[in-house]
Amino acid sequence: MADEQHREEGLTDQSWTDQRMEILIGQLLRAGVLLSAVVVLLGGAVYLVRHGHSTADYRVFRGEPANLRSVGGIVREALALRGRGIIQLGLLLLIATPVARVAFSIFGFAKEHDGMYVVITMIVLLVLIYSLMGSPGL
Amino acid sequence: MSVLEFSLIVGVGSLVAGFLGALTGLGGGVVIVPMLSLLLGVDIRYAIGASLVSVIATSSGASAAYVREGISNIRIGMFLEVATTLGAIAGATLATRISTSAVSIVFGVVLIGSASLSWKRHPRGAHDAAPDALASRLRLNGSFPEGGGIRKYNVRRVPLGWGLMFGAGTLSGLLGIGSGAMKVLAMDQAMKIPFKVSTTTSNFMIGVTAAASAGIYLSRGYIDPGLSMPVTLGVLAGSLLGTRVLVQVDPKWLRRVFSVVIVVLGSEMLYKGISGRI
Repeated sequence: MADEQHREEGLTDQSWTDQRMEILIGQLLRAGVLLSAVVVLLGGAVYLVRHGHSTADYRVFRGEPANLRSVGGIVREALALRGRGIIQLGLLLLIATPVARVAFSIFGFAKEHDGMYVVITMIVLLVLIYSLMGSPGL
Repeated sequence: MSVLEFSLIVGVGSLVAGFLGALTGLGGGVVIVPMLSLLLGVDIRYAIGASLVSVIATSSGASAAYVREGISNIRIGMFLEVATTLGAIAGATLATRISTSAVSIVFGVVLIGSASLSWKRHPRGAHDAAPDALASRLRLNGSFPEGGGIRKYNVRRVPLGWGLMFGAGTLSGLLGIGSGAMKVLAMDQAMKIPFKVSTTTSNFMIGVTAAASAGIYLSRGYIDPGLSMPVTLGVLAGSLLGTRVLVQVDPKWLRRVFSVVIVVLGSEMLYKGISGRI
């Protein structure tokens, strides 16, 4: 802690806020990964208990059923406590973690009154939202 | 093979891949797809989907540790993420249009290329560039703590770096890998950003890049929960172990062995792709 304080004194105002922002982002990422890993693990347990003795076959590509492709479908499957649905919900949380990080950075840059980076970060967020929502199949 | 056996084998394999990937800095994602498709006969589209999700897990997990140290530059990261996410969408869209043989060939070339990059380590401390007008306007220049003091650096050749990042994003979206080697190349070699800053910022960007193509893979039905579960948990556990455990092996030696494995897998992917058996 003392080391961190010492380091911050030598930096400019912008870097100081940057560093606080980075620490918060670090915590956000850690929480997101932990939460999604727990959900995937729970779903995996349900899946293995129920289907552990079926045959695994991934040789032929069939594509996932519609319910495991869209946010709404995944949430429905998970609420029905189906193992594959719960795993998919965990994976969705994992995909959402970096998206949340980008969204959070918009507030960080706005707090620093850095309009240019607010715009740049919004562009990144829009590209991510387009990919999650705008692609066919959803 | 039963689902239970399959999950165990994939989980252990992914754990080893994540462990070696973290120890050598080459990333675990590059060996997941060859392992699943060559050794276990998984269709390459399922393999890429599962690998991509595991890449997000390791990137987010590792950068949580790095950002605390104040080395990664969030402005450089965010500015270049515009390029990598657009590239990732292009790559993921391309993946759904071209044949699996073509994907396999590109994969083989990239594997061999990234392994050979890891053989020649560049000289250090060669970065002392003058300020660049565009980089200054974009406020990309930064500083980081080093040896008790603060080291400042200037960023160069922004358009070239941006273009290379678009390419890195395309490969990531096409192959389901983090393409950290190419991201570091773009920052360290092209933009003259210090190596330490380049590697941590690259790691920071990998998750966002992968998330951009993961959305497309998910909606196209490439991400299978039964397969992604052991891959993601295995790679995540392995990479966490790899960053915590002190191993009594010379990392340089380990990196060489791992890169030989990657070259072998890359050649096999190339061969299978050319002979149309994938």
